[in-house]
Amino acid sequence: MTTAAARPIGDVILTLEHISLAFGGVKALADISFDVREHEIRAIIGPNGAGKSSMLNVINGVYRPQEGTITFRGEVRRNMEPHHAAAQGIARTFQNIALFKGMSVLDNIMTGRNLRMRTSFIEHALHWGRANREEIENRHRVEEIIDFLEIQHIRKAPVGKLPYGLQKRVELARALAAEPSLLLLDEPMAGMNVEEKQDMCRFVLDVNGQYGTTIVLIEHDMGVVMDISDRVVVLDYGRKIGDGVPDEVRSSKAVIDAYLGAAH
Amino acid sequence: MQFFFEVLIGGLLSGVMYSLVALGFVLIYKASGVFNFAQGSMVFFAALTFVGLLEKGLGFWLALPATLAVMIVLGLVIERIVLRPLINQPQITLFMATIGLSFFIEGLAQLMWGANVRGLELGIQDEPLQWVSDVAGVNVSKFDLVAAGIAAVLVSTLAIFFSRTRIGRALRAVADDHQAALAVGIPLQQIWGIVWAVAGAVALVAGLLWGARNGVQFALTFVALKALPVLILGGFESIPGAVVGGLIVGASEKLAEVYVGPYVGGGIEGWFPYVLALLFLLVRPEGLFGEKIIRRI
Amino acid sequence: MFYREAGQYKTTYEADSAIFPIRQERFAFWTFLVIAFVVVPLTASPYLFSAILIPFLILALAAIGLNILTGYAGQLSLGSAAFMAVGAFASYNFVLRVPGIPLLVAFGCGGLSAAAVGILFGLPSLRIRGFYLAVATLAAQFFIVWCLTKIGWFTNYSASGVITAQALVILGYTFDTPRAKYLLVLTIVALMALAAKNMARSNTGRKWMAVRDMDVAAEVIGIRLMSSKLLAFAVSSFYCGVAGALYAYAYLGTVEPEAYNLDLSFRILFMIIIGGMGTILGSFLGAAFIVLTPILLNIFVHTFAQSLPSSVSSNLEPMVFGGMIIYFLVVEPHGLARLWQIGKEKLRLWPFPH
Repeated sequence: MTTAAARPIGDVILTLEHISLAFGGVKALADISFDVREHEIRAIIGPNGAGKSSMLNVINGVYRPQEGTITFRGEVRRNMEPHHAAAQGIARTFQNIALFKGMSVLDNIMTGRNLRMRTSFIEHALHWGRANREEIENRHRVEEIIDFLEIQHIRKAPVGKLPYGLQKRVELARALAAEPSLLLLDEPMAGMNVEEKQDMCRFVLDVNGQYGTTIVLIEHDMGVVMDISDRVVVLDYGRKIGDGVPDEVRSSKAVIDAYLGAAH
Repeated sequence: MQFFFEVLIGGLLSGVMYSLVALGFVLIYKASGVFNFAQGSMVFFAALTFVGLLEKGLGFWLALPATLAVMIVLGLVIERIVLRPLINQPQITLFMATIGLSFFIEGLAQLMWGANVRGLELGIQDEPLQWVSDVAGVNVSKFDLVAAGIAAVLVSTLAIFFSRTRIGRALRAVADDHQAALAVGIPLQQIWGIVWAVAGAVALVAGLLWGARNGVQFALTFVALKALPVLILGGFESIPGAVVGGLIVGASEKLAEVYVGPYVGGGIEGWFPYVLALLFLLVRPEGLFGEKIIRRI
Repeated sequence: MFYREAGQYKTTYEADSAIFPIRQERFAFWTFLVIAFVVVPLTASPYLFSAILIPFLILALAAIGLNILTGYAGQLSLGSAAFMAVGAFASYNFVLRVPGIPLLVAFGCGGLSAAAVGILFGLPSLRIRGFYLAVATLAAQFFIVWCLTKIGWFTNYSASGVITAQALVILGYTFDTPRAKYLLVLTIVALMALAAKNMARSNTGRKWMAVRDMDVAAEVIGIRLMSSKLLAFAVSSFYCGVAGALYAYAYLGTVEPEAYNLDLSFRILFMIIIGGMGTILGSFLGAAFIVLTPILLNIFVHTFAQSLPSSVSSNLEPMVFGGMIIYFLVVEPHGLARLWQIGKEKLRLWPFPH
């Protein structure tokens, strides 16, 4: 497979420093630091319960870490609010699909563009001029994404009734609709068959290559991770035990121990 | 000061009656996560059926088991027809279903027994206890005291039932996690059937006491509305919570009515518990005894 | 056979997202409007206007209001009637205390007052959800009706608490016949229903549904839960408020707190459950069901079971409502509106099986 980005990897855009997160007495993340560079594909790997999803939740503000700072595009924060993260161009998908079940595929993806729509509810109620134009303009962008992810045929279908693989794709479409600069993918290929995985890999690489989107990705399939990512962070029991390019990580003793279950 | 205590004690004792109704809610909520809005209608249905049977000429000791049987069957039928098909639906759907259920039961009760207000005589006088007045100088109704006693017996029986018996343990397992309970072989539907039947029986006790106090009439269903703030205060899953919540609501609404009511035109009993519950919700959404829920995504 | 979309190509996104994308539907809809605005006023009897059509339309408007909050934004409310009461009393006081205020403006102000109160009681929705929120709206129901009963200023210190609503005069014309009132109500309801539909199919509506379906995901794509929920409370209460004003002025003829009791709130909730949550059409179907059922039951009992006491039909009524609620929640959670849609699908294929 091709190595990631068609665009050159740029400067660091996201830095996480000394992040600690606990629920009650349970430590989910302990003093974790790493960074993400522009246009790169950054993977987070680790055994179940290592704190990978918690890490993503911290990055886009769903969880508030008790300690540590997040720097995104030069702005230092103690914690993010989810809608701030969205406004700054961070989008994501979820491990257990979090689509809007009562809505059609098209409406789900259109909702992804809500921040790009400026008209007020009164203009929507009257459905005149500006609101109408804005709706159509955004529909054009959404249709491009629908074409890109090859889901034209299910445009009007209610998402709840779609097969799992397609739902994952719609969720990616919704995230892309926001035209994010940083995309967080939580196990985008979990539960897929080989063919679906290949499709999804292709989409991830295309998003990165065509739009230059920086991607942070959690994935269990090591083949996929090593193939498509530029750098990898390894977590285990809420601690960082490895960080580097795939080859480094693959040969690190700590990582091998964690995965093979050697004594700590 | 003496007057204050009289109001306070009166409030606490009527609070026990709220607890009694709230108990029925807690039972069902614990086992199946359903907020049973129809509990009040079940109270009404029980009281009306009992009085109706008395009017038909059945003696007290014949009417009591007969009504108990009716309530148990009603509970089982509700579980079978309404709740079972709605398994795994969102809580809010179940809640709305029980609102529909309450309308159905109210209509059914009145269709069967008519809508007249009836008295219910349990043979307990609703008059102040002489010796308490003599000793403490505070008037306490004998009826209230007996009602509180019955409630206490019922609560402790249920508490023992839940902590010591096989069914009780199974029920707590079900409350914790439906799937896991099923996986270890607990017959879920049987447990739910039992819980609904017990809730029917609790409704009967509440119905008799409330009916004897206020008359058997449609207004009994409003008692259930009072149980809502009780549950908010005490937490939906806690039997002690239901008791404490009932006491708080009973005492505070009476005190508010007596001391604040006159300045604002009276009748604040109707909404005071709700506003109290609402304020409480904003501070501690899980109730006094409820468990804090960590939402995972 | 006749209901076919074949050959109707949509060449713009605008045509694709129209309310009635299919030609036959547009035709049916306009025919329906002509009947409602022209044929019915020429033919219906005063009884039909004042006992059925006017309450139907007003309650449908209130149901749209609740549907916005519960059906679209997913926030359960048991206090719709209280917000209607705010609308009615605010309108009354605006007319009473602001000299020369046009009646429609007063209705609008009544709606806005209801919206303000709605926002106030919607604030707890930021911390609590589900039926906990139902308790907050119940608090609104009891507290508001109590305020309107006890605080004399609202009723202009009327001794009985029941006030005769001022005459319906708009632009010098007095709407005093049932027909005139019907046309006024119909116009307001039709326009507001259209506005609601427009909101529902735009970014506003999508945000509401996103909050309803998965609030965490909604927040993550940039939707502010607070403003979306409060907007839903405000718009919903505005609709209820206007409906409440119409209820007093065009239906009851009086303004009284007791007309807006918990029972009315429940009826409005039943309308959207039976009609279909999250659809505007469903609000109308549900309102029709709730308004017509008692009347039909009465007729039924009188025709087929004369020997039974008259209380039978009034006791059957809650049983039918309750039974239908359970039936729809179990069998067709999307209500009558969904049945209508299924019917259309069948018709599209008819007379072929596939």
